[in-house]
Amino acid sequence: VKRLGELDREPVEIFVDGRRVAALRGDTVLTAMLIDGNHVRRSEFSGEPRAGFCLMGACQDCWVMTEAGERVRACTTFVEAGMRFVTKLDPRLHGDDPLRRHPRIDGDPIS
Amino acid sequence: MIQPVIVGAGPAGVRAAQALVAHGLRPVIVDEGVSAGGQIYRQQPGNFRRSGDALYGFEASRARNVHAAMAALDGKVDFRPRTLVWNAERGVLDLISGERTERLSYTHLIIATGATDRVLPIPGWTKPGVYSLGGAQVALKFQGCAIGDAVVFAGTGPLLYLVAYQYAKAGANIAAVLDMASFGQKFRAMPAMLSRPAVFAKGVYYAAALRLRGVQVHEGSRPLRVIADECVAGVAWHDGTREQELLCDAIALGHGLRSETQLADLLGCEFAFDSLSRQHVPRRDAAGRTSVKGVYVAGDGAGIMGADAAEWAGERAALALLEDASLVFDRKRADVLERELARTARFRTGLEGAFAFPPSWAAEAPDDVIVCRCEEIAAGDLRAAVRESGVSEINRLKALTRVGMGRCQGRMCGAAATEILAQACGRGIDEVGRLRAQAPVKPIPFGVRA
Repeated sequence: VKRLGELDREPVEIFVDGRRVAALRGDTVLTAMLIDGNHVRRSEFSGEPRAGFCLMGACQDCWVMTEAGERVRACTTFVEAGMRFVTKLDPRLHGDDPLRRHPRIDGDPIS
Repeated sequence: MIQPVIVGAGPAGVRAAQALVAHGLRPVIVDEGVSAGGQIYRQQPGNFRRSGDALYGFEASRARNVHAAMAALDGKVDFRPRTLVWNAERGVLDLISGERTERLSYTHLIIATGATDRVLPIPGWTKPGVYSLGGAQVALKFQGCAIGDAVVFAGTGPLLYLVAYQYAKAGANIAAVLDMASFGQKFRAMPAMLSRPAVFAKGVYYAAALRLRGVQVHEGSRPLRVIADECVAGVAWHDGTREQELLCDAIALGHGLRSETQLADLLGCEFAFDSLSRQHVPRRDAAGRTSVKGVYVAGDGAGIMGADAAEWAGERAALALLEDASLVFDRKRADVLERELARTARFRTGLEGAFAFPPSWAAEAPDDVIVCRCEEIAAGDLRAAVRESGVSEINRLKALTRVGMGRCQGRMCGAAATEILAQACGRGIDEVGRLRAQAPVKPIPFGVRA
């Protein structure tokens, strides 16, 4: 994702995998994470990187995990200073094996 | 007491609200977005500075009018932005906004939930860098971003040229437009499209403007697969004679639109197969009345008709509501709106001919293409289920394979899965059923239901 303009906005700092990421007020979490990197999460099934798809809250492909373990739909959430996200699979749910199937009934905070 | 609720604040919802307010009602309008406009007239965040002309091009005055109509309703409607209707029952809706839930009663309901892209997957479409065509447009309109440094627009439909044109105009670099529809198809559909000459002319203009800017436009082509390691590096495509490859770092993929019909389904509205859009949509009369008393559908959520028609359909549904509530009925205005809608329906027929659904897509889709992004179910998994169990109905296929069972509830995979099923079991696309909606229609935080 590449900015084409609208650069004159207030800077907002968020954290992705512990790193500081410079965003701008009015960015969605998805935009901010994809300006900085190339994906926002990994698939619970294949471990492959994902970066959202529809950008309008329909495909549910961009739910990202916060450090506190909550989930946020990145394309419909605006950045706020100090937000902290992780892009790796949660080791408590997936162990060392990214291919292990997601325990969606017990562990999935979204239904 | 009459309490109308409108779901969706796009062009249909806003015009419906306006007509209801004009006759003394105070509707509740619920929308998931931050502000009114829907996807087509989506407003940028308040601290962005681009002009309406830059954002909406030829549609700037229509966008401004819809936004102004909504602004004029301030204080006269109960607008609930950033709110999801996650369940619908007779007389009551379940809403959630952030963590806050509410049960909202209604006497009359206008469903104007719009549409999302219909996408026919190609291998690699789950890779970072591939977005839906509508998503590519949202990135530009709502965030001032392009989806990549070198973007390929692939698929078919009028939106392909519109979004590519908007990208070019905003200074993005377009690697190519790969349009599955041929020139001959479009030429043959011209007579029907001339029922809306101005809309037709805009389409011709976008394609010509792209070529003038030196953008490669390949009609009658077929995207084959995404070339990618971790992320998109290119696309392989067929030009009708031979296979070619193109370098790019982003792909916008779309093959027309599909209606968002979940709420009508939950309410038990009858559905009918629409052969133009190859999907089941709520059965409705010319005014938008469904088979359930007091429930109306309008706009692209009722069947794909485009944004201009959505405004007329929204107003027409509101007039029907007012008539059914024994308040007032403006026959003359209703006739005008129905005439406009009928004319647009003729145009739609032409448009669907020009950008016809690629008939051999399902037969040609390779076994390893992922159909369901959520659960990573491949076309070969679906075909194996058909072979092994003789399944010929989409909800049965869902139960067997989990296709359409993921978080998106089949919004992204439903069309493709249904096409694969029909082809594999040798039935018509109208004979394999439709994915049924389930509450919650979108994911809600765990523990909210109960």
